[in-house]
Amino acid sequence: MRFLFKTDYNQDIRIAKHSGYYWSYGLLLLIVFAAPFFLEGYYIGQLTQLYIVAIAGVGLMLLAGYTGLVSLGHAAFFGIGAYTEAVLTGNGIPLPFVEEPVVFSFFISMPVAAIFAALAGVAIGIPVLRLTGIYLAIATFAFALVIEEILSRWESVTNGYSGLLVESLYVGDMELTDGPPFYFLCLGMLLLVLLFSINLLRSPTGRAMMAIRDSEISAQSMGVNLAQVKTKAFALSAGITGLAGALFAHKLGFLSPESFTIFQSLELLVLVVVGGIGSLHGAIFGAIFVLALPQGLAIMKDYLPVTIAETPGIEPFIFGLILVLVIIFEPYGIYGRWLKIKLYFQMFPVYKKATFKRQKAYMKSERLK
Amino acid sequence: MTLFKAENLAINFGGVKAVDGVNFEIKQGECFTIIGPNGAGKTTIFNLISRIYDSTEGTMTFDGQDITKVPPHAIASLGIARTFQNIELFEHASVLQNLLVGRHCHSRTGMFSELLFLPSVRQAEVAHREKVEDIIDFLDLQHYRDSMIMNLPYGVRKVVELGRALCTEPKLILLDEPSSGLNVEETQDMSFWIDDIKKDLGITVLMVEHDMGLVSEVSDEVLVLNYGRMLAHGSPQEVQNDPEVIKAYLGEQE
Repeated sequence: MRFLFKTDYNQDIRIAKHSGYYWSYGLLLLIVFAAPFFLEGYYIGQLTQLYIVAIAGVGLMLLAGYTGLVSLGHAAFFGIGAYTEAVLTGNGIPLPFVEEPVVFSFFISMPVAAIFAALAGVAIGIPVLRLTGIYLAIATFAFALVIEEILSRWESVTNGYSGLLVESLYVGDMELTDGPPFYFLCLGMLLLVLLFSINLLRSPTGRAMMAIRDSEISAQSMGVNLAQVKTKAFALSAGITGLAGALFAHKLGFLSPESFTIFQSLELLVLVVVGGIGSLHGAIFGAIFVLALPQGLAIMKDYLPVTIAETPGIEPFIFGLILVLVIIFEPYGIYGRWLKIKLYFQMFPVYKKATFKRQKAYMKSERLK
Repeated sequence: MTLFKAENLAINFGGVKAVDGVNFEIKQGECFTIIGPNGAGKTTIFNLISRIYDSTEGTMTFDGQDITKVPPHAIASLGIARTFQNIELFEHASVLQNLLVGRHCHSRTGMFSELLFLPSVRQAEVAHREKVEDIIDFLDLQHYRDSMIMNLPYGVRKVVELGRALCTEPKLILLDEPSSGLNVEETQDMSFWIDDIKKDLGITVLMVEHDMGLVSEVSDEVLVLNYGRMLAHGSPQEVQNDPEVIKAYLGEQE
């Protein structure tokens, strides 16, 4: 066991709480930075995909895991980010007083894509602020359907179902949106998003978000402006997801509305729940899960009897089964299990199962309003 | 000096008059207690003051300002803090984080500087932490600083909630049944703290309480409600001997 001797308030504010953080996260950083020099192209692509999904996961985690607002429509923000990026870097957009259509470099196009998604987040956030729980989920679900429809019908911009080709980005002669350069771009973005999220969560706004999640009524009496903080959370979450969408556009190279359906939204929600709701680690673990599971299922199929393996719908079934099992047996997801395993070794040999027993929840005030 | 004044305060839920024409004045630095049988409208008055409910009639004045129409999140920065009857803490957060949320009404940092965690944010955080540590010392919570609320026993949660309200640096603190669910010893501690809040911190206390021992120990003035109306008003001794009050609690003698 490690005992921390605290002598300074900054020790509680610091990201690295003790020297162990430098070792473990330093090693992890070393591995991810060295990976593209040792791996084949296929695995680099997979890891890049993982980082993109993880960025989107962090976006939804801030909203669902930390503010307690469950959204079933995050594919919409993902799509808005992707299409904005594709349009801005592709054909260029006609601007007044400029002869040629303007093609943006990614320094501008990616933030713009994120801001567009954030604005969409505010647009959906303000009207649905009064909704919570299942009602909010349905409202965001409806919003996602609307966006999906717009993406397929607004053919002058999105090309509809014929799809939109996404131009590659170049810095000098180097193609930025493929192979190792794109890997580092996505990794950099993920690290940036994580840093911003950690910063927010150790500041007043982040605490206000958690306060809203746990008890709106007392958050309000502590001076938290519910409407304002919820709108901020929505905007931030949508913006981060939009950024992931912008990266995703380059990863795919070809956009069509089918990439941004309700299934994508559900996948993000599964990511958040299975990864571990209410932790940034959970978003990363969840992204690994969501990407690895289909591959794992494909491998598993080879070992199953033909009659079972060939049954239609076996994959969604297993996906759903795992989700149900996680919710019942490990409400804090993979990250929760990770904490238990870690504690087991820290406490060895005196680990007590009861440490993580769910405590009695005391009665909350009757619903007000 | 009058700190808080309610004039002709009333609220209806449909046909139920939960609070019906209540008048009272709280003087600076006193401990004012509202008692009454279940359903008398005590907590409703608290919810009216913290602006969770809109009053149907009447006005409330706090510190010379009309607060009848102030939005609920602005109440804390005016200087009114409250606790809840059934503990409304942020369960999935540590004691320290809960107390820091109490500092929210004093935080002036913007979201963008927080995303970058600029030095100004760090400074503000340390300053908030110092205030929080004062409250931790005041309530002897040092031992629980990093514990998650969901792992704490009921009695400690009650104290944490009191601490969170104190962290807002209020002028008036509303305590909704501070001793409910506490054992004799904890109730005794609570009565000492209420006395200290009043005398050392100079905070005016408005509380709802059923434990008459605690009420007569700490209160200066008592208001008795029944069915949303005022039944009696005076010092704890006067109120306890009031025939109307005895009738409301015990019924009439044959």
